[in-house]
Amino acid sequence: MSEELIAVAMSGGVDSSTVAALLCRQGRRVVGLTMQLWNQRRLPELAGQGAAGRCCSLDDVYDARAVATALGIPYYVVNFEDRFERQVVKPFIEEYLAGRTPIPCTLCNNFIKFDQFLELAAGVGATRIATGHYARIRRDPETGRYQLLQGVDTAKDQSYFLFGLRQEQLARTLFPLGDLTKAQVRALARELGLPVADKGESQEICFVPNGDYPAFIEAYFREQGLSPPRARGEIVTQEGAVLGEHEGVYRFTVGQRKGLGVAVGEPLYVIATEPARQRVVVGPAGKLLRERLEASGVNWVSIAGLSRPRRAAVRIRHKHVAAPATLYPTGDPERVEVVFDEPQRAVTPGQAAVFYEGELVLGGGWIV
Amino acid sequence: MERYYFDHNATTPVSDEVLAAYTEALRDVYGNASSIHSFGQHARQRLEEARERVARLIGAEPRQVVFTSGGTEANNLAVLGTVRACRRERRHVITTRIEHPAVLAACGALEREGVAVTYLPVGSAGLVDPDDVRRALRSETVLVSVMHANNEIGVIQPIEEIAAIAREAEVIFHSDGVQAAGRLAVDQAARCADLYAASGHKFYAPKGIGVLAVRSGVSLEPLLYGGHQERDRRPGTVNVPAAVAMGVAAEAARRDLEAEQARLAELRDRLENAILDRVPGTSVNGGTPRLPNTTNICFDGINAEALLIALDLKGFAVSTGAACSSGAVEPSHVLTALGLAPDRARASLRFSLGRANTAGQVDALVEAVVEAVAHLRRLSPVAAHV
Repeated sequence: MSEELIAVAMSGGVDSSTVAALLCRQGRRVVGLTMQLWNQRRLPELAGQGAAGRCCSLDDVYDARAVATALGIPYYVVNFEDRFERQVVKPFIEEYLAGRTPIPCTLCNNFIKFDQFLELAAGVGATRIATGHYARIRRDPETGRYQLLQGVDTAKDQSYFLFGLRQEQLARTLFPLGDLTKAQVRALARELGLPVADKGESQEICFVPNGDYPAFIEAYFREQGLSPPRARGEIVTQEGAVLGEHEGVYRFTVGQRKGLGVAVGEPLYVIATEPARQRVVVGPAGKLLRERLEASGVNWVSIAGLSRPRRAAVRIRHKHVAAPATLYPTGDPERVEVVFDEPQRAVTPGQAAVFYEGELVLGGGWIV
Repeated sequence: MERYYFDHNATTPVSDEVLAAYTEALRDVYGNASSIHSFGQHARQRLEEARERVARLIGAEPRQVVFTSGGTEANNLAVLGTVRACRRERRHVITTRIEHPAVLAACGALEREGVAVTYLPVGSAGLVDPDDVRRALRSETVLVSVMHANNEIGVIQPIEEIAAIAREAEVIFHSDGVQAAGRLAVDQAARCADLYAASGHKFYAPKGIGVLAVRSGVSLEPLLYGGHQERDRRPGTVNVPAAVAMGVAAEAARRDLEAEQARLAELRDRLENAILDRVPGTSVNGGTPRLPNTTNICFDGINAEALLIALDLKGFAVSTGAACSSGAVEPSHVLTALGLAPDRARASLRFSLGRANTAGQVDALVEAVVEAVAHLRRLSPVAAHV
């Protein structure tokens, strides 16, 4: 049994199922593992809402198991619920309550998939893990450094969520779908006869039904026996004029237009939230533009660090088209100042600023 | 790769002699035991023969034995059937925190019907204090349900003493004997209970067959409605071939009990002592007396889920206590009831031995455990402090 064992993180979806099948076809020794992250029996009041697309449902586990059985690989479900709640769900809620807009997928990548899962995989004897992310890893022949690249399918590219990966994590990770398009993956899944080949896409935040995060936060508070964090406050202009009332700052995110319930002549957007004063600040579209931002908790992926200003293309949210900018080092190696060539709309605290050079992910950090 | 099975408390393989009887009955005994004609009479005769055999194993009269689809149904029938048959307005049940879900979830269902349930604690040894049963009795208590042997830690409860307390209070006493029947000489103790549940697949019969022994005079509301089979206590065409198989397995268990008990205890001690000796930071969960085939060991700082998978990938099948519906491991309610912190409950594995296990297999398992634990501790800096 000297042959390397690879642990595939199997969600029951078409992507990770295809990863497992591809590795098997290559003759690799594979073990399938499904992470049980969230107990769907919790928060039953949300149960009516789009239960089908939710993560960790029994259907997904059933699908993953069916794929593993079809491939003839050993398969296990591992319980990461505690860690997921502690390091993804709670910070997700805290961020919203603090007036920021979190990215739970990145937290999950940093603290669950490429941390606890990697450790568990090593524990069971797997030297590397493979996931269905659309991104590529390569080794810089000159420096020996592992580099992260966008997936070939730019529409599906998930590199934005992976900026937190460290060298030792990249060294032990395979992204077999990085060179493929989603259409190719589906075709391959059909060709390989996978029972999930035509399964639908999963939703964006796996544990929040229909993306209704305020309802999730309120249900979670009730479950914990706490009174929901609804704190009424004012909706104000930057000049301080009161336009209306709201039901809690966590219900708003920078750039949001819908659901303000205030009608003035021109369309109004959330410019900022001020949780300390329970205020939501609104203004016209033009006020959303920012020409600079500061990123904290910066992780350098494809380069070792930043010693002098460097040109980069910077994405400030998942679907954002990377905008040309200059990165400036600060006194703190984990903080970077980003100055855009053109002002950018809705720079949102809590989201990530990810620095690209072409396809290459240089690094990234959290928007302050 | 050789694969070795150390999970006999989950289920056992069907033995050769049982398989022979089972396939013969499947092929030849196809009459409906309720039918009037000769085919039915033949099936009935084989069924009653099986009933006698199982009755002997659990110290019951044949007419007291009700065949069910297995241990879960037998336990459900005992708990739900007795309490629902009692028409009093206020009803109370006493059970323990370490029962199998077949009893616990049935009690949960009764609670939703307005029945009060007391879940008795156990000490760190996993034993129920009979005095706690006495103290929990109320005028409205209908049923006391205490398992004979625990599935996770193997600890054997003083059910004769508890049965006497219940009898004195004129309260029905049920014992879940699923892990004990076929493994211990249970007939004496089981005879003291008003109801006693057993399952065939825990002693080398196929899945899908179990019994509930019901002392005469105990009224039961059936779980299912249909025909008059099993003296109106369990409708549905009786699975005669499976009952025949369980009868043969019961006879074999009785025949082999003494020798097999001693052999398994020796193997279990060999396994347990070797792990305790060779793996630092290990301890046995639960006390004595316990089933001769079971040991539940805590590996400080180890994620038992990872250890289980690592061992399985090396060919050794062991178990953690409980799995949720997805198959992921949950902290065991039994181990937490013993007072183990959740992280220690998550660091515990159950090894349960059976007929096919040999000293050579045990030694190979020990080597695999030593190696896997050392590997896991090398990876996890927290565990390295142990």
